[in-house]
Amino acid sequence: MNLLLVAPILVPLLTAALCLLAWKSVRVQRWLGVAGSAALLASALALFAEVDGRGMAVSHAGEWAAPFGITLAADLLGALMVVLGGIVGLMVAVYSLGSIDEGRERFGFHPLVQILLMGVCGAFLTGDLFNLYVWFEVLLMASFVLTALGGERAQMEGAIKYVTLNLVSSAIFLAALGLLYGLTHSLNMADVSLRLARLNYPALENLLAVLFFIAFGIKAAVFPLFFWLPASYHTMPVAVSALFAGLLTKVGVYALIRVFTLVFRDDVEFIKELMLVVACLTMAVGVLGAVAQMEMRRILSFHIVSQIGYMIIGLALMTPLALAGTVFYLAHHIIVKTNLFLVSGAVARATGSFELKKSGGLYAAQPGLALLFLIPALSLAGIPPLSGFWGKYILVKAGLESGQVVLVVVALAVSVFTMISMMKIWSEAFWKPHPLGLTPAPVGLLNGPIAAMAAMTLAIGFGVEPVMQLAERSAQQLLEPQTYIQAVLEARR
Amino acid sequence: MNTLMALLIGILYASGMYMVLRRSMVKLIIGLALLSHAANLLIFTMATLRRDRPPLIDESETALAAPYADPVPQALILTAIVIGFAVSAFAAIMIHRVYQTTGTDDLDQLHTTDS
Repeated sequence: MNLLLVAPILVPLLTAALCLLAWKSVRVQRWLGVAGSAALLASALALFAEVDGRGMAVSHAGEWAAPFGITLAADLLGALMVVLGGIVGLMVAVYSLGSIDEGRERFGFHPLVQILLMGVCGAFLTGDLFNLYVWFEVLLMASFVLTALGGERAQMEGAIKYVTLNLVSSAIFLAALGLLYGLTHSLNMADVSLRLARLNYPALENLLAVLFFIAFGIKAAVFPLFFWLPASYHTMPVAVSALFAGLLTKVGVYALIRVFTLVFRDDVEFIKELMLVVACLTMAVGVLGAVAQMEMRRILSFHIVSQIGYMIIGLALMTPLALAGTVFYLAHHIIVKTNLFLVSGAVARATGSFELKKSGGLYAAQPGLALLFLIPALSLAGIPPLSGFWGKYILVKAGLESGQVVLVVVALAVSVFTMISMMKIWSEAFWKPHPLGLTPAPVGLLNGPIAAMAAMTLAIGFGVEPVMQLAERSAQQLLEPQTYIQAVLEARR
Repeated sequence: MNTLMALLIGILYASGMYMVLRRSMVKLIIGLALLSHAANLLIFTMATLRRDRPPLIDESETALAAPYADPVPQALILTAIVIGFAVSAFAAIMIHRVYQTTGTDDLDQLHTTDS
């Protein structure tokens, strides 16, 4: 076993177990959560360094060679996603020190976060389709409990929609797995890819591709399968919705990228066209939904949907530049979106409400927090030189090179609307005086993770070259799956 | 046998979908359970049903001879059933809590968080 590959799964599992042992002491659990997330980030960085040097890391559970054993494999994309998962986990763990109420902590908030992180890392690292299903269930189960933890009325209403849609998605995923196994008699992604290439059943392959697209599309919240997201993300505590906003839909996007670059390579032209249409509609509908909202987290939830559309562009165009754009956009988006949710919590703490009409006066009272909001907000809208600008620039350039003018027009128009939404939050929550004449309260510790993530956004924006090179190398790996397949099938460790 | 299984799976999917689309929460989770059963049977059937061919290597041979009942899908189904059981248990408790906090079983009444 390659310990580097297993560590990002084992570390959160151990942390969760230790948290359960310390069930009675909330304070011990808190610090275990922070220490465990920091250890996860460290192990993720170690794995990334290894993958960056060698190109791939592969390990087979129980020394059973592929395709018989369960494979863990990390290419650049997988390792990058694990690092991002570690970053979000650490930031949320620190943020939750100052924001989660003791009632939730007493009923297992900290171990649940760790289990969720374990599921997310497992999904990023597995090389086996059924194992991917199992990791999805692990992270879903943890997320179900986190969604409902606290039991407020709005939470329960959001939870039932979240749970139902995700279970339907899992059932479709399982059915697609069954059909794929019947067709290829294998579940190892690399092996399935080879076997599918030898078969010639275009009709069945297209059917399977659409089933996988629907199953992962529900999880990634693409149009028209996104309605569960804006109905549930704003009901949870901020630390939880920031964690979900940063990671969960992106696991869906990651699964889409993995399946459509590795498993289904030929004979699926139909799905590419479908993806183009879906990408346009997801961007447009998400951003228009946000315009109508006046509650900060609802606005941000709709923007998650809209941003998922940008990530689908690269997958639909499937050119090296477009795919690099998608990888870059994933990295940028996870950091920026998590940060915006964290800021929304700080705004609500300071002004007393998530409703924009009932908040205000933050710029005068806390110019520091206002600046920390502006960095991710402008980055989300795509203002140079912040990270979002580069992501959009690459995708738009790739769209023009492929001659997709409609796509480019939609992408640019959507970023204008994103700017309008961000300016709405700015002028209501920060610029105008508080409607009740209150002076916003200080938010203390909450500033820490927000500032750290804003610094990362700035770092990606100003140091765009190395990140872009990484995205390009990752896209190249994704477009030449032979390397991945060989590494998995020939690894002897 | 294949036709019979196909019909059964079809009926399970149809009734599962119908139940998911009802307004009652209890029917909703029954529907979800039916959908997961349908998926399990689908995996079972897709691996080609075979009688009297257990996946055992004959004493005189060294490898498994070609037509045999594939054990892998049954292992997959076993995993999926266990996961489905846990999820159903969670869903049952969840709708109980939803009923306690909202006082209704009607999904159409749960619209305050929609947008």
